[in-house]
Amino acid sequence: MSPAVTLATTRRILTQLRHDPRTVVLLLVMPSLLMLLLRYVFNSERQFSGLAPALLGIFPFTIMFLITSVTTLRERTSATLERLMTMPVGKLDLLFGYAAAFGLLAAAQVSLATAVSVWWLGLDVAGSVWVLLLVALLDALLGTALGLFVSAFATTEFQAIQFMPVVVLPQFLLCGLLTPRDEMGWLLNGISDVLPLSYAVDALTQVTRSAEVDGTLARNMLIVAGCALLALVLGAATLRRRTP
Amino acid sequence: MPHWGTPRHPVPLTAKLNARRIKRMVNSAVSVEGLRVVRGGREVVRDVSCRIAAGTVTGLLGPSGCGKTTLMRAIVGVQIVAGGTVTVFGRPAGSPALRRTIGYATQNPAIYPDLTVREALRYFASVLRFPPSDVDRVIAEVDLADHAGALIGRLSGGQRSRANLAVALLGTPELLILDEPTVGLDPVLRDELWALFGRLAARGATLLVSSHVMDEAARCDRLLLMREGRLLTDDTPGGLRERTGADDLERAFLHLITEEAAR
Repeated sequence: MSPAVTLATTRRILTQLRHDPRTVVLLLVMPSLLMLLLRYVFNSERQFSGLAPALLGIFPFTIMFLITSVTTLRERTSATLERLMTMPVGKLDLLFGYAAAFGLLAAAQVSLATAVSVWWLGLDVAGSVWVLLLVALLDALLGTALGLFVSAFATTEFQAIQFMPVVVLPQFLLCGLLTPRDEMGWLLNGISDVLPLSYAVDALTQVTRSAEVDGTLARNMLIVAGCALLALVLGAATLRRRTP
Repeated sequence: MPHWGTPRHPVPLTAKLNARRIKRMVNSAVSVEGLRVVRGGREVVRDVSCRIAAGTVTGLLGPSGCGKTTLMRAIVGVQIVAGGTVTVFGRPAGSPALRRTIGYATQNPAIYPDLTVREALRYFASVLRFPPSDVDRVIAEVDLADHAGALIGRLSGGQRSRANLAVALLGTPELLILDEPTVGLDPVLRDELWALFGRLAARGATLLVSSHVMDEAARCDRLLLMREGRLLTDDTPGGLRERTGADDLERAFLHLITEEAAR
């Protein structure tokens, strides 16, 4: 591990993004626009406040998953990854570099969406807005880490995009947003217990409903962070210096 | 034939052979012994053995698909091999200690199209822990100073391949593995690059350059000719002309190929 290489990688990815302003604008504005749409679909602040917290985590999770898997795949297929693997680069340097770059982007995205939701759309947050931001950021990082991991199993960008419904939609359906998790059948409830997004949504819901920062909240946040870290380490294991 | 001198005392034959091997190992930057590579169930490199002397420019020639790139990948240490050994500066190919000493340029540019030439080189320089001042030097060496601020994706094919080559030149690599570095370049630029290769070798670097242009072969110190995964010949351009009785290298190669086919 070398912090200098990690930092250089982060800077490189952010520079690449700077040359692609359209992507940056889409990334920053999309979640906020979706929140706005959601608010007026319900046309009621109360109903909006029920769903909004979970979506503040799910939108960045999904978007970060998509862009990370496509960007990493591009690095794999364009042979720049192979070139880097011939250089004194640790696999984790690369992955943490990626995670930091997309994490920064996610932080901007989530801050904007949260600000719009809280100050404009009337989302009522009982707990601290900062904790809400932190949880949403963890969700985005989880999406980034899963995207990095899953990109190892795709050989084309087309395949990478197909992984979105595979990885994201089941978690979306089972995370407790549509039906509370404890009202699901034992099997679905069991599955939702091992999916990280469930804990993210639990944490987000708790922050908006109560001001109390208790053990459950901390545990849920730790689980999300742990899953993100695990996906990153698994992603590192899929990088190979020698290929057939 | 190299002459290793006569030992003062009679030595057992095996020891003599070993001493000879050691001496050759020291002189060669790369030594490949019985290399076999299988890709997709097909043997693409078949029992290749060769040595590349330090401080020389070696041309790797042969038709497309003959295993040139695979041999180069094995020397860089990114290829999974089925058998044999590849040693670079006395260490197994791909050793972590070699990662800053080898400059490798793939045939298809492995460089970020959404960065400018300078930004991409600066990134690779920091990964390799070379000073940022190196970036301008290599940009000048590949004659891209006018395009240093241009996005790589907007460059022409030849410019992009020069940007790709520039990455391999960062630092002072002791071994340069260049896969078709002059494809698509105009004759003037090709000539300049070959002059650069000569200067690098004079400075002590070892170069392995693949090509399929025969007039480039004449500028190498030594030539390796591959065909269908086998090493057909390992000789100097002069030696090759002499042995085949052909004046130009193109004919010399044809001669060798028909000779091989007849066997």
